[in-house]
Amino acid sequence: MTFALSDERERTLQEILSRYPTKMAATIPFLHLCQEQHGWVSDEICEYVAKRLDLSAAHVKGVATFYSLFNKEPVGKHQVWVCRTLPCALAGAENVLKHCEKRLGIHAGETTRDGKVTLRTAECLASCGSGPMMQVDRDYYENLTLAEVDKILDRVTR
Amino acid sequence: MPRGKQDRYSSRVGEKLFPVSKPVTLTIDGKTVSAKPGSTIWDAAREAGIDIPVLCHSPRLDPVGVCRMCVVDIGGRVLAASCVRPCEEGMNVVTKSEKVERHRSMLTELLMSDQPETCPKESTTGDSELAALARAYNVDGSRLPRGAARSSDTSSKVIAVNHQACILCDRCVRGCDDIQHNDVIGRTGKGYTTQIGFDLNQPMGQSSCVSCGECLAVCPTGALVNKPISLPIVPRKSLKQVDSVCPYCGVGCSLTYNVDESKNRIVYTDGRPSPVNHSRLCVKGRYGWDYAQHEQRLTHPLIRKSEYYPRGPLSPEVTSSRGGEHRKGSHLVRYEDVLPAFRQASWDEALDLVATRLKGIRDTFGPGSLAGFGSAKCSNEEAYVFQKLVRAVFGTNNVDHCTRLCHASSVAALLEGIGSGAVTNTFAGIEDADVALLIGTNTTANHPVAATFFKQAAARGTKLIVIDPRRPDVANYAHQYVRLRNSTDVAFYNAMLHVIIAENLVNEAYIKEYTSGFDALKAEVQKWSPEVAEPICGVPAETIREVARIYGKAKSAITFWGMGISQHTHGTDNARCLIALCLVTGNCGRPGTGLHPLRGQNNVQGASDAGLIPMMYPDYQRVTNPEVRARFEKAWGVPLDPNAGLTVTEITKGALEGRIKGMYCLGENPFLSDPNVNKVRKALSALDFLVVQDIFLTETAEFADVILPATSYLEKLGTYTNTDRRVQIGRPALKPPGEARLDWEIVSEISTRMGYPMKYQSPAEIFNELVSMTHEYRGLTYEVLGSTGRLWPAPDPAADDGLQILFDDGFPTPNRRGKMVPAAFEPPRETPDENYPFVLNTGRVLEHWHTGTMTRRSYALNAIAPEALIEVHPEDAMKLGVHNGDRVVVTSRRGSITLAVTVTTRTHEGSVFIPFHFREAAANVLTIDEIDPFGKIPEFKFCAVRVERAPESSAAAAE
Repeated sequence: MTFALSDERERTLQEILSRYPTKMAATIPFLHLCQEQHGWVSDEICEYVAKRLDLSAAHVKGVATFYSLFNKEPVGKHQVWVCRTLPCALAGAENVLKHCEKRLGIHAGETTRDGKVTLRTAECLASCGSGPMMQVDRDYYENLTLAEVDKILDRVTR
Repeated sequence: MPRGKQDRYSSRVGEKLFPVSKPVTLTIDGKTVSAKPGSTIWDAAREAGIDIPVLCHSPRLDPVGVCRMCVVDIGGRVLAASCVRPCEEGMNVVTKSEKVERHRSMLTELLMSDQPETCPKESTTGDSELAALARAYNVDGSRLPRGAARSSDTSSKVIAVNHQACILCDRCVRGCDDIQHNDVIGRTGKGYTTQIGFDLNQPMGQSSCVSCGECLAVCPTGALVNKPISLPIVPRKSLKQVDSVCPYCGVGCSLTYNVDESKNRIVYTDGRPSPVNHSRLCVKGRYGWDYAQHEQRLTHPLIRKSEYYPRGPLSPEVTSSRGGEHRKGSHLVRYEDVLPAFRQASWDEALDLVATRLKGIRDTFGPGSLAGFGSAKCSNEEAYVFQKLVRAVFGTNNVDHCTRLCHASSVAALLEGIGSGAVTNTFAGIEDADVALLIGTNTTANHPVAATFFKQAAARGTKLIVIDPRRPDVANYAHQYVRLRNSTDVAFYNAMLHVIIAENLVNEAYIKEYTSGFDALKAEVQKWSPEVAEPICGVPAETIREVARIYGKAKSAITFWGMGISQHTHGTDNARCLIALCLVTGNCGRPGTGLHPLRGQNNVQGASDAGLIPMMYPDYQRVTNPEVRARFEKAWGVPLDPNAGLTVTEITKGALEGRIKGMYCLGENPFLSDPNVNKVRKALSALDFLVVQDIFLTETAEFADVILPATSYLEKLGTYTNTDRRVQIGRPALKPPGEARLDWEIVSEISTRMGYPMKYQSPAEIFNELVSMTHEYRGLTYEVLGSTGRLWPAPDPAADDGLQILFDDGFPTPNRRGKMVPAAFEPPRETPDENYPFVLNTGRVLEHWHTGTMTRRSYALNAIAPEALIEVHPEDAMKLGVHNGDRVVVTSRRGSITLAVTVTTRTHEGSVFIPFHFREAAANVLTIDEIDPFGKIPEFKFCAVRVERAPESSAAAAE
C-alpha cells in the first residue's frame, strides 16, 4: 500500500506548512509526523515527503539519515537510548547499558524479539549533571541506579 | 512551488548580507582593491590576481564555505572563510601568513589521512586539487590514524565513485542540483559514515542519474572520475586539446576533446566555457564520441556487384516488413549480411561511375529526375557545396534534408508570419522572462543543456508552463503542466487567444504598430471559447483561462517549442497559433520575449541557412524570384531551374512513381528517419541509381549502387549554426580512417567529373563564398568566429557577439509587420478505431540520436540505453495484461514491430510512445506518411496502432 498521512496528521501538516516561508523548512516536522504514523522512515516516506515538499529525494534522505531520532528501520514499540558520552560514562553509563542488554537479551542497536523495545546508545543528551541517564521514548530518566533501570524496563516490557 | 525554487544556499552571499550598491575598497595582501558590490573576499582576490586555495568552491558554483581551506586573516579573533565572507569597506585582508598557512597545512593533512593509497584522479587525469595542495604543503596524512575504509561504487556505466576519496565538499551536490538541476546527489548518514548518496542512497547506476558528468567535472578529488571508454585515462598535458563543438543536438555545446594523437583516439571530453553552455555537457556530448573509431567505419569506396541486381535491401532487419527479427547484435547492421554484395573500388572508379550515371540520368530523363538528400549533420560548407551541386550541376532544385522532418512547418509559419525562420531570441534569453511556454518539447532529453537553463530560470522565479500530451521531465520544474490530448493543439491555443482577446490582455499599441491580420484572427478565435475547446483538447476550461492569463499578463514571455508542435499534418497551423499568441501580447523584440523553435540537429539551422531546401537558395532567397535567381546564375555561371524542387517526402513519392530516377544521399538515412518505412523501402528499391555517402553502412546504404566513405564530424573542419543562430567552428580531433575523404572534397570531385569544376582549397574558402551569397552571415569569417563563434546577424562581428534579440522594431516582411494567420482546427489524419485503438506518439530518448548510426556505436550510450521500449499507461497495461519488460507486437495499417514494454504514467491512457532510434524495432515502420500542406512535414506524432502481447515464441527468440 502506498503511504499517505492520516486525515488528522494531514491537518497538522497544513498547520505546520503555514508556519514557514518555504516548504523545505517543514521537512523535519513532516518526517516526524510520518514516523509517528509508520514507526520509521522508509524510502517510500522519503520519496513521499520529497514529492509533497518539492525537494529531491536525495535531500530528504540526507535529512532523515542525519538525525538520530529518525528510525532508519522498523523499531520496537518503546525506544530506549542510553547516553554514553563522557560525563555519563564517568558516572557508570557502561554498567547501565550492560544491564539493559542483559535484561532485554539484546545488544545495543537491536530490538527485542517480541517487538517491544529497541535499545540504542546515544551521544550526549545534554543531561550531563545527572548521569547516568537514559531516554525512554520522549522522557528522560536521570541519576539512574540499576534498580531504577529494572523498574523502567519492567514497565516497557510489560 | 517548482523544485529548485527553494535554493538551499543563498546565491551571491554578499549581496544578500550586505545589500550595497557601491563598490567597496579594501586591502588584500597590501594591494588596494576595489571590489564589485556584493563580492566575497575570494572573488575580489581572484579579480586582483591573488589565488586563494579552496576545495569546496568554484566560480561556477554558489559558495557554501564548508572546507575552510580558503581562510584568510582579516584581523579578527578567528580566521575567516574568504569564499563566503563579503568584502567590507576598509577591510585589511592577509591571504598568506604563517597562521593561515599552518591552518591550511593541517587541514590538508587531516583530509589526506583518509585518502585512498592511490588517488583515482592522480592515477588518471592527474589533476586532483587536494593532491596538489598536499604536494604544496608536503603532507601525506601518514602521521594520523586512518578511518575504516569507505566503499566505492562502479555501478554507473561511465562514472566511478570512490567514497574514500570524497572530502564531502558538496561540489558535486551543487553541480548536480544548481548547475544541471538534476537533483540526484545528496549526503547521507552522519559523522564518519557520511557520504554522498544518489537519490535514496542507491548505487549510482540504479539512481535517476542521467550521466551528464557535471559531478566529476566539479569534483576536486578522486571521488568522482570518468571511466575509460577508448583508452586508459591519462593527464591532459600528455594529450592534445582540440576545442570544438558537440556534434549532437542544436544546442551546440562548446567542448574540448582530449586526444591521443599517436593512437588517433579521443580519450575524454571536457565542457568548455562559452555563452552557449557555460561548460555544461550532457551524456551524449561527454561520452558519445567513440562512434568515429568504431570498427564498422567505411574505409574504401564500394560498388555493388552485378549479381546483386535488381537492387534491394540485404540484411533481415531492412528486408523484413515487420521491422526485423530480434537477433543478437541486431542493433547494428551486420556487415556479413551486406558487404558480400559490394566490392572495393578505387576512388577514381567510384567517382567516375557516380558522375557518369548521374549525368546519364540527367541527360536522358531531364534534371528533374535527379534528387539530393543532404544532412543537418553536415557543416554549412558541405551543405552549401551540396546544394550548389544539385542546383548548378544536376540542374534541379530537388534538394532537401531532414529539416523537412523536424521544423519545416515551424519555418513555414515563421517565414509567413514574421519573415524569418530563425529564432528571435536565444534559449538563454529565458533568464529575463517572467513566463516561458515550453510546448511539445522533451527538453531534458533532446536539448539537455538548454533544459538546464530552463530549470535554472524556474528556480529563479520564471514561471514555466509546460504543455504536452506526454509528460516531459521538465514538467517537474513547471509552474503548471498542461496535458492536452494528442494533436488538439490548435483548439487549445485558439482558446488561449480567445481568452487573451476577450479579457483584453492584448498589447494594443504593439498590435497597431507592428502587426497585421488581427481582425481575421479575432474572428476565428471568437468561436473558440475555453468551453468549446475543453471537450476537444481534454483540458478544463478553467485551466485554459488560467494559462492564458498567466501568459497574457506576463511582462515578458518567451515561447519554446519542439517536434510536438511541428510534426503534424497541421504543424504549420500549430506554429501559426504560437506566433499569433506572441504577436497579440507583443512578446517579441525585448529581453525575455520571443519565439524559439528548438532546433534538433547540430546544424539544421545552418544547413537551411546554406540553402539545403528545395524552394530556397542560401539565406532563404526564393528560387522562384527571378531577381534572386539571376544573381545566383551570375555567381555560379549556369542557368538555374526556376521552379521550386521536391521535398524529402515528395522525392520518396517521386521515386515510387518513377519520376525520380537517380539520387545522391549525403549523410542522411531516410530508411529509418522517414515515415512509413515499408514505402521507403519500395522507393529506394525503385531508383535507377543511388549513391550513398556516409561513415557507416546505414540501412539506406544497403540499397546503394555506390557507397562513398566519408569523414565523421570528429575528423573535419567546418562551421555549424546552432539553434540560437550561433555560427561556431567544429575542429578536427582525429584523422579519418583508411581512404575516407572529406565530404566537401567528394562533392567537388563529383561536380568536376560531371563537367562543372569545383576547385575549393579549404572549408574557409567555401564559407567565404557562402557568406558572399547571403545577407545574414555578412561579416563572418573563420578568424572572426574564433573559439566561441558569433550569432547571426552580427552587425559588427569583430567587436561583438552578434544580435541576441531580433525584431525590436518591426519584422523583415514587406510591410515590416508581423502577420497573424488564423488557424482552423483539423483532426489528425488517422484517428484510433476499433482495430487500431491506440494513438502512437514517437520521439527520442536522452541517450540516442535519430537513427542511431552514431549513438548505437558509442559504447557508453548504447550500454545505458540498449533497447527500444514502448511506453504504456498502467491502466492500458492492465487491460492488455502486460508488465515491464514484456514483449508486445505493435501494428499499424503500414506494418508492425515487436518491442518491450515500460509501464509509465508519462504517457496517458489510450496513447503509447515509441522512440525512433532503434532499427530492430523501427517506429517509422508504423508512422503515417501524410504531410502538412505547407511545411510538407510528416505526421510523426499521431497515427493509430494496435498493441498485443507478443506470442511466446517471439519472446523466447529475443532471449
